[in-house]
Amino acid sequence: MKKLIVSLVSLALMSSASYSQSVWTGGDDQPTSPLACDATPATMAAKPYDGGEPTGAPDRAGKKITVVDIPKLIGIGYFAATTKGILDAAAELGNVDAKTDGPTKANIDEQITFIDNYITSGVDGILFAANDPVAIAPVLKKALSKGINVVGYDANSTPDARQWFVNQAQFNGIAKGLVDNMAKEIGEDGAFAIVTSTFTTPNQARWIAEMGAYAAACHPKMKWLETVEAQEDNTLSFNQATTLINKYGPELKGIFGMTSVATPASAEAVTQAKLCGKVAVVGLATPNAMKPYVKTDCVKSVVLWSPVDLGYAAMHVLRAVADGVLKPGATSVKAGKLGDLQVINGSEILLGAPYTFTKDNIDGFDF
Amino acid sequence: MNLRWVRHETILAGLTVIALAVLAMQSDKFFTSDNLLNQGRLMAEVGLVALAMTFVIVTGGIDLSVGSILGFTAILLGVFWKNVGLPLPLAIVFAMAFGTAAGFANGWIITRFKVPPLIATLATLALYRGLAEGISEARSVRGYPEWFYFFGQGEIFHVPVQLWLLVIAAIIASIILARTPFGRATYAIGANETAAHFSGIRVNATKLWIYGAAGLLSAMAAVVFVSRVTTTRSDMGTGLELDAITAVVLGGTSIFGGKGTIVGTVLGLILIQALKNGLALSGVKGDGTIVVIGVVLIGAILASAIFDRNRGG
Repeated sequence: MKKLIVSLVSLALMSSASYSQSVWTGGDDQPTSPLACDATPATMAAKPYDGGEPTGAPDRAGKKITVVDIPKLIGIGYFAATTKGILDAAAELGNVDAKTDGPTKANIDEQITFIDNYITSGVDGILFAANDPVAIAPVLKKALSKGINVVGYDANSTPDARQWFVNQAQFNGIAKGLVDNMAKEIGEDGAFAIVTSTFTTPNQARWIAEMGAYAAACHPKMKWLETVEAQEDNTLSFNQATTLINKYGPELKGIFGMTSVATPASAEAVTQAKLCGKVAVVGLATPNAMKPYVKTDCVKSVVLWSPVDLGYAAMHVLRAVADGVLKPGATSVKAGKLGDLQVINGSEILLGAPYTFTKDNIDGFDF
Repeated sequence: MNLRWVRHETILAGLTVIALAVLAMQSDKFFTSDNLLNQGRLMAEVGLVALAMTFVIVTGGIDLSVGSILGFTAILLGVFWKNVGLPLPLAIVFAMAFGTAAGFANGWIITRFKVPPLIATLATLALYRGLAEGISEARSVRGYPEWFYFFGQGEIFHVPVQLWLLVIAAIIASIILARTPFGRATYAIGANETAAHFSGIRVNATKLWIYGAAGLLSAMAAVVFVSRVTTTRSDMGTGLELDAITAVVLGGTSIFGGKGTIVGTVLGLILIQALKNGLALSGVKGDGTIVVIGVVLIGAILASAIFDRNRGG
């Protein structure tokens, strides 16, 4: 009955919205490409370069450049780790003056203002992680029009608004990792809910869409209950996870945390509700935040890539673009200690396969 | 009494000039027409809302829901156009009508049920944001036609379109507040609501119009915002109410009502925007900028309070 009311209310609210979209709320409306249920690697179709080009960029080859990195927000562990990677790479390169600045909240308007100000102050390169792929596009295009090299990482913009994007992991790869781990912990017919940032945050929306598609194909009996938004806010994430636990009671067997904030907050909510072992938490998070929960066995698997490597790769890509080494049509790029990284989807550079942190290996990471 | 208001604005104008001069010395990129006009573009949305907020605060009220009305209007604009299939101009008009209605609803709740404005608009802050998220199902609407970007990205005589809008709105607002019976009624309500009532001023009607206007200006800001960033999201305008209130209060409007001017609000807006931009250009990071703005706000208000006390005796 309760569910009926909820669905009636949401029907009434969205009577004018379209339905043709993701299986689970919070997914986006782009086509999905779920991986095979076993470990067969996906084949990738080649695609021509679809990034943008700066106009009238000076010859920066080998010269000292100033680079500003504007992540979604500053002051959280994840972007502190990408910053570390960027600074490491800049120090290693020796001819880059890099710094990170940005809003203290994941706010599209503030991020745009920050980028705008740095364009005015005259930097050579901009690294960004977009809060919204479309909203950030006009200001990035402005940067390109002023001859600034623009490279994204972590969260993409529309392709023509930047030159290259360093993709931390294929969306379908992450989706498979998350869903497989969840199925292993709660069983093939368990019910779960999702705590995400917002329904329109590009990465999270893409992952959820891919997870929905992959689960439908490979774990059809698993039951999706609900997706809730929690910004990237600690308290809100905790409250949302607690609400889910109270709302669904024993029916809820697992929670997916879609952000590095939501996952530890969900784990904390499960711990405080004394439901460790009864409600599984699987999600994306940085190891330091998850160590307490992994050590008490409340959380068994944390899926992520290394954000330090991500920032490191982004900085190397930007340098390669400024030097004119990485040109449209290239198939790979050298990224210092990471070696050759592969170009995918026209203008994206793939960091590598996702990484699962467990009790056995988590102590080897400090970010 | 009149002199005292002028005093705060004189202090503020002096402070603004000093800030502009110092910032110009810190970075040669700051005092260029390109940058200043661009800053005008960025402050237009908060500016439009702050104009209406000045009226609201002069009556002794507050409107916390303006940011949510902005988000609500933006979402309706997208939904009317994309999902309902209305022509875009009509969608804009309808969305703005709803935004204005949301403002009137605030006014109605406040006047009809005598709910304190802080409580009423705190409730509608949540309500309108919730509606925006529910209606949009939190999906963004994109792909507007090119002409629509005129409001947020276009220029008339090399000046951003929304800056014209802000200037025109500011002139109208300042005339209404300073030179019309409606403006005098606004001050009278803020100074002493009961006295205003017994002087034959239609207190409730005046308030209703003022909250309605806050809805209208928030809705205008929404259209500009959507046009500037080319997409609609349900979280647009989150926290905007605080930026607007900051500008108004920095501009010398008393939070207890009864005094304040549009000129002050505009100066407050300019000072904050100049600080944000100028500090960023001279290499101060975002978190440092927020601290400076906090200090300036406290400083300006203290200075004015000390001045007031000395004069008033």
